[in-house]
Formats: sequence, C-alpha cells, structure tokens
Amino acid sequence: MGPYLLRRLLQAIPLLAIIAVLVFFLIQASGDPLAEEAANPRFTQADIALMRARLGLNEPLFPHRFITWLIGDDWRLRDYTGDGVLDGYGSQRGILRGDFGESYRFKQPVGDLVALRLPNTILLGSSAYIVTIVFSLIVGIYASLRPYTLADNALTGFSFFTFSMPIFLIALLLVQIFAVGLGWLPVQGMCPARGECTTVERARHMILPIMSLSLISIASYSRYIRTAMLETINSDYVRTARAKGLGERRVVSLHALKNASLPLVTLIGLDVPLILSGAVVTETIFGWNGMGKLFIDSLTFNDSPVIVFFVLLVATAVVVFQLITDIIYGWLDPRVRIQ
Amino acid sequence: MANLSATQSDSRVVPLQEKSRKAESLLRLALRRFLRHRAAVIGSIMLLAIVLYVTVGTLFVSEAVANRTNIMGKYAPPSVANPFGTDEVGRDVLARTIYGGQISLMIATAAMLISISLGTLVGLIAGYFGGLIDAVLMRIVEALLAIPALVLLLLLSRPLAGNTTEVIFLGRQLSATVLVIVVIIGLTSWMRLARIIRAQVLSLKEQEFVQAARLLGASDARVIFGHILPNCVAPIVVAATLEVGAAIITEAYLSFLGFGVMPPTATWGNILTRSRDVLNQYPWMWIAPGVLIVMTTLAINFIGDGLRDALDPRMKNI
Repeated sequence: MGPYLLRRLLQAIPLLAIIAVLVFFLIQASGDPLAEEAANPRFTQADIALMRARLGLNEPLFPHRFITWLIGDDWRLRDYTGDGVLDGYGSQRGILRGDFGESYRFKQPVGDLVALRLPNTILLGSSAYIVTIVFSLIVGIYASLRPYTLADNALTGFSFFTFSMPIFLIALLLVQIFAVGLGWLPVQGMCPARGECTTVERARHMILPIMSLSLISIASYSRYIRTAMLETINSDYVRTARAKGLGERRVVSLHALKNASLPLVTLIGLDVPLILSGAVVTETIFGWNGMGKLFIDSLTFNDSPVIVFFVLLVATAVVVFQLITDIIYGWLDPRVRIQ
Repeated sequence: MANLSATQSDSRVVPLQEKSRKAESLLRLALRRFLRHRAAVIGSIMLLAIVLYVTVGTLFVSEAVANRTNIMGKYAPPSVANPFGTDEVGRDVLARTIYGGQISLMIATAAMLISISLGTLVGLIAGYFGGLIDAVLMRIVEALLAIPALVLLLLLSRPLAGNTTEVIFLGRQLSATVLVIVVIIGLTSWMRLARIIRAQVLSLKEQEFVQAARLLGASDARVIFGHILPNCVAPIVVAATLEVGAAIITEAYLSFLGFGVMPPTATWGNILTRSRDVLNQYPWMWIAPGVLIVMTTLAINFIGDGLRDALDPRMKNI
C-alpha cells in the first residue's frame, strides 16, 4: 500500500502544475483587464500606461508575470511607473503562498468572498447529493430486480427523457408548477424577504433547487446502479448465496449490492468535489448565493482573481478526491494496487 | 442466465445457421442489431422528422420572416398566421425554430467533428507512441477533466462573448458567435474519447495483426491509420452520435447563461432562453424550442444507445 500511495501522490503534483499553467494562460488570454478604462475617454494614454505598469502588465507574460502570479513579487524590485526605473519591492505573495489577490469588484480578499459563499453551496450541493444517492439506489435496485419489465422500461424511458433535458428547463418548469402555479414553495432566494430565516423556511427554499439538481443525476446514477447490479446479480456467488437458502433481502443487500457498489465509489469520488463548484445554472435561477453564482457574476464583471481562485479550488478538489478514491479503491480491491 | 446458456447451446446444435450468420458482413450484422433496438429505430425516425422540419420548413418560410420584428404583434398566442405564436419583439416562433434549428444542428455537428477528430488523434498518438508523449498528453487530458465542463466552457467563451461581427455562411448572414461556440464546444469535449481510444490502442497494438504490419515495415502513420484506426470505429461512432446530443444541450446552457449565440441569429437555445422571464404568461415561447431540444437530444441518445449495442456490445458501460 505504501509505494502505491506514494506513486499516486507523485502523479498528482505534475497534474496540479499543468492545471495552474492552464488556468493562468486561459485567464490572461481572456482579455485585457484594463479594456474598460482604455475605452473610457476620461483617461489619457499616459494614465493607461501608468495603470498598466502598476498592475505589472508592462512586464512580459512569461516568465515575469507567471512567476509573480505563482510566488509573488515582494522579493524583487519592480518598476511601478513605467519609466524604466525600479521603484521598490512588490506587494503580492503569489498563489503558492496563499495570496489570491483582491476581487476587483468587491475590493475584498478573494478568500473572504469565497468563505461567505462556500457554506451555502455545500449546504445545497450535499443535500442534493444525498437525495440523489438515496433515490438512485432505490430506483436502480428496484429496476435491476425486474429487468425488462414494464416498470423497468418505464424507468429507463424516464431517465433517457430527463437526461435529454437542459437542467434550466427542468428548474423553470418546477418553478412554474410548484411556486407560481400551486404557490406551495418560494420562487427563489434563500430566505423569506421579510421575517426570520428559520430552519423550516430555509428547507422550504431548498426543495426546488434540490429537485432540479438531483433529477438528472438520479437518472444517470440509477442507470449506473442498475447495470452494476445486473452484472453481480447474475454472477455465481449470488447464485450460491441463493442456493444455500439465504433470504432475498440478504442476498441483494449483502452479496449483490456490496459488490456492485465498488464501481460506485469511483463515480462518487468523481462527483463529490464538483459540489464545491456549485451549480452554476441552478444557483443562477434560484438566486442561491453560492459559488456557482459567484463564478458567473465574476465572469460578467471580468473579476479575474475570483475566477482564478474558483477554478483552482475546484480543480484541486477534483485531483485530491481522485487520489482519495484511488486509495479507497486500492484498499477495497487489492488487485488495483499492482498496476 | 439460465435462458442465455440455453440459447448458446441451441446455436451449437444448429451449426448451419451459425455459419450463415458468420457469412454476413459486419456492417449488415450491425445494421440488423441496430434495427432490432426498438428505441434506436424510434430515435432515428424522430431525428429524421426533425431534420426534415428544419430543411423542408425553409421552403415555406423565408429567413426574413424569422428575423422580422413586429412590436405591435408581440407575445401573440398561436394562430393561423403564427402557429407557434410570436416572441417578445413579434417574431414568428415557428420560423425561428426552423432557422434556429438549422443553426443548432449545424453547431452541434461541427462541434462534434472538432471534438471527435481531436479526441481520436490525441488518443491514437498517446496510445501508440506511449512513453513521454503519452504521459504529457494524458496529464493534459486529466488537467482539463479536473475543471468542470461548464466552467471550462465559460472560461473559454469569456473573451469571445459580446462579439457582434457577422459572417456569411451558405448565403446566410450569421453572428460570428456561431463559429466561436462551435470551436469552444469542440475544444472542451474531446477528452473522454481520447481516453477511450487510448485504451483501445493500447490493447490493439499488442495484437498480432499490428505486430505483423510493423514487421512488414509499414510506417507508423500507416499502422495507426490503416490498421489501428479502423478497429476504433465503434467507440468513435458512438461517441460522435452522443456528442451531437450533448452539444445541443451545451449550446442551450451557454445561451441561458448569456454566453451563447447572439441575436438576431436564432438557435433553439437562445429562443428558449428568451422565454425565461415570461414562462408562465406566454408558454408558446418555450414549448416549441423546448420540445425540439428535448426531442432531438432524446432521439440522438436513443440512436447512440442502439449503435453501442449494435457495434460493440462489450462497451455497455462506457
């Protein structure tokens, strides 16, 4: 287990490095942060040049700006006025030293901004994920025990149908039916506009976002569970378990499901970190003040520091979870460790 | 399981039938298996109907109608003149779904071609050459997969959003954002196929026929494109089909978030998006494009499922 762990850890490092380079160049390529000022007639050519110098944009992209972005510039002399004379030490510490800069829009450190949104996103995302797992297990197992019957075919058809819908269409329809039409649930937001935000109120506001988030996932997860279950349920050890007289419930839960859930570990490991990125579309529709909404707003306002932090956070989470998944998998199934 | 083994032994009892089946070409065999897949056949008919709708439809309505605004007649409910009603500036929804459908299908197909070519090429190169090339390419694939698809799409579309230039394509004036969307979707969706192809190549290149071709002195390019690629056709065809469906949905997402094709060029995605705030009052604005998007994607997913069963039954899980 030791060497396997070490090898997987070492593989993750170049991966994170590539992600960092990729994100840096994607952000840099996505436009001039001073485009708005440059188009503004109130600023002269000289003003713009000064602003560029202050932001370090007069330096070459690679390696100067890349290095500054990575490890900061408080250790080297910088030219802040664009006149070719070095003025003093920089003030950035770089992302590797935990400095992601300030949001252009909120004038706040990026970390603080994210710390406000992340709990909201995790609350919504993890609830939706639990709902997904529970329902897809029920649906998947139910369908796998009656393959190719009317019920199974209906569930297959329904999951294909859900799978072919954009999530916003589902969300908008749910809002129309349950919020606007029947008036049972709030249209959007996280809390009532007036009055106290009780747990019950919060839960009521979460129902529709959770439904929209989990419907499509349930469709794909239950298909996956059904396939995995069908494979194990037809295997010899399940037949043996039945032959020795075990009850059906015990056979399904202990012998079939336990082995079928092995590939499920991979699926969960891939999807759980994506909770952090929040649901861009769903949060936008329901006005849920989470990471997805922060990301979309930052894109609209060209708020690069926030975008960088967001992408790196999610990508790192994905890599870390892949690592954890592989370790768990190696522990559950010793054959994996060898190659 | 008991049934399955019974049929297996039955076919062994009747070797003649087995033999006549073997004589069939692989393509015919695949076609037969595809036609036996009921959902896939229904999907093909649905898709054909949709393609006819957006092509034959143009014979009855001109694009000028699709883009003609009429403020006096905005939000008109369905009538004889406007069977699907009109939108917020009085454009005919029927005409817009026809011309928008062409654009949506065109975007999806073009994006699929980019995605499939890139995915296949990267997979072939990484799998065949191995070593450092493989390691670098696969790390890039992993890095791109580590960023959620929608986030990657939005990151790429940011510098290009709000572009208002227009291009002429096939005699039609289109927003340049159409091309941008095609490239963005193509560039962000090739990674999974690259992985599948790579895995396929890794096992293929150890097989005797590839070894033989190499021993005969065939060049790398010849071995890759003449011997290995033809054996990867099944996953490529399946991925290509499913990618068209995925691209249609992706285009709708981009439109919804404000990074899609700019009006006046219509796509199903941006027609659907425009109805967002008036969903309840004017349902005809979203019903037609919504139904078309879901129908097309559903049809394509059915076809993809059928193709997977027909071409390579072992691929079920991918």
